[in-house]
Amino acid sequence: MRRKIKIAVASGKGGTGKTTVALALADAAGAGTLLLDCDVEQPNCHLFLTAKATEEPVTVLKPRVEEELCNGCGRCLEVCQFNAIALLGKKILLFQDLCHGCGGCVRVCPRGALREEASRIGEIGIGSTNTLSLIEGRLSIGQSMSPPLIRAVKEHSMESSGIVITDCPPGTACPMAAAVRDSDFVVLVTEPTPFGLHDLGLAVDTLRLLKLPLGVVINRSDNGDESVQAYCYTKGIPVLLEIPNRREIAEAYSRGVSLLKAVPELRTEFEQVLKTIEKISGSEPVK
Amino acid sequence: MKIALTSQGDSLEAGLDPRFGRAENFIVLDTETREAVIVPNTQNLNAPQGAGIQAAATVAAAGVEAVITGHCGPKAFKVLTTANIRVFNTNAKTGRDAVALFIAGKLAEAEKADVEGHWMA
Repeated sequence: MRRKIKIAVASGKGGTGKTTVALALADAAGAGTLLLDCDVEQPNCHLFLTAKATEEPVTVLKPRVEEELCNGCGRCLEVCQFNAIALLGKKILLFQDLCHGCGGCVRVCPRGALREEASRIGEIGIGSTNTLSLIEGRLSIGQSMSPPLIRAVKEHSMESSGIVITDCPPGTACPMAAAVRDSDFVVLVTEPTPFGLHDLGLAVDTLRLLKLPLGVVINRSDNGDESVQAYCYTKGIPVLLEIPNRREIAEAYSRGVSLLKAVPELRTEFEQVLKTIEKISGSEPVK
Repeated sequence: MKIALTSQGDSLEAGLDPRFGRAENFIVLDTETREAVIVPNTQNLNAPQGAGIQAAATVAAAGVEAVITGHCGPKAFKVLTTANIRVFNTNAKTGRDAVALFIAGKLAEAEKADVEGHWMA
């Protein structure tokens, strides 16, 4: 039995292989692993698993104005950081799609004219295979605020006593920060190209601000230059694994076949990555 | 009638700003007395979102009946129409050209937003 450890798989640049690596880590971690798909704008871990799923809706609280109670004092407008409220004379206009659901306006309204109402932003899919559980966030079309949904997915990590692997959204903005937060370790997947290196640098800077330990996986490692290796060496970042650029991996991916099924000999390497992560993050495996 | 136009500077000779929400300045002009007042739009220039909404509230507070600008997105348009302000789009070069076209009745009133939010020239 392994001790509980939460590993987030992220990247600055999109399309570097986060899902591939997250699935392979979950595979290598074995029975009892929980996989969280927090790439809620395009969750696709389920494409590689035959998991039976149930759904539950996710809502955030958004304000609604009771016009007969509102006297147009504008206190709500002053507190709104997102320009979601306009005051025209004594009438307020709310723009729900700009609202982040912070609730500030509701709290400052001296007349109780703003009420919070649940507004659906997406859903969570809960499924399992023989060996692992999958929890997936799906942001509704047209919604732009993904962090509340990502947090709702992550609340499910409480249910696991084993290894939790989180597939994060790309980039370095709020959705990525929401997904990696509270992890014990972050695996950054990159490719050895100028784009890969540039966005890796942004991701490393972000994670250092968040004070999270990290390591790098270089995907398609023989398909570029040495600049990512050099960068990691200079910054003292461990390179956990290099995955070669092989046609059979891409072909398997396009058919929905996971990396370790396509190239079984990589399993021991991913098991080694897990051991390294456990060592670095200070949670030694318990036999 | 009081009108507002988007300006890249602080006089009618300056370029008409094609952007509404992130216009440099608004010039509020009384078409009868020819009196013009500059209303800065500084607070919205760098807003991450909702610039059009607050710009519309700004010109509404100035008491104008019409807005003349290059382009106007959907949220700003909604606030302007709620405030009974008419919107006129034009590609006139300067504020003075735009006002001349408006007074000559050569600008058509917009029935809806002519661009998506966050459009780029």
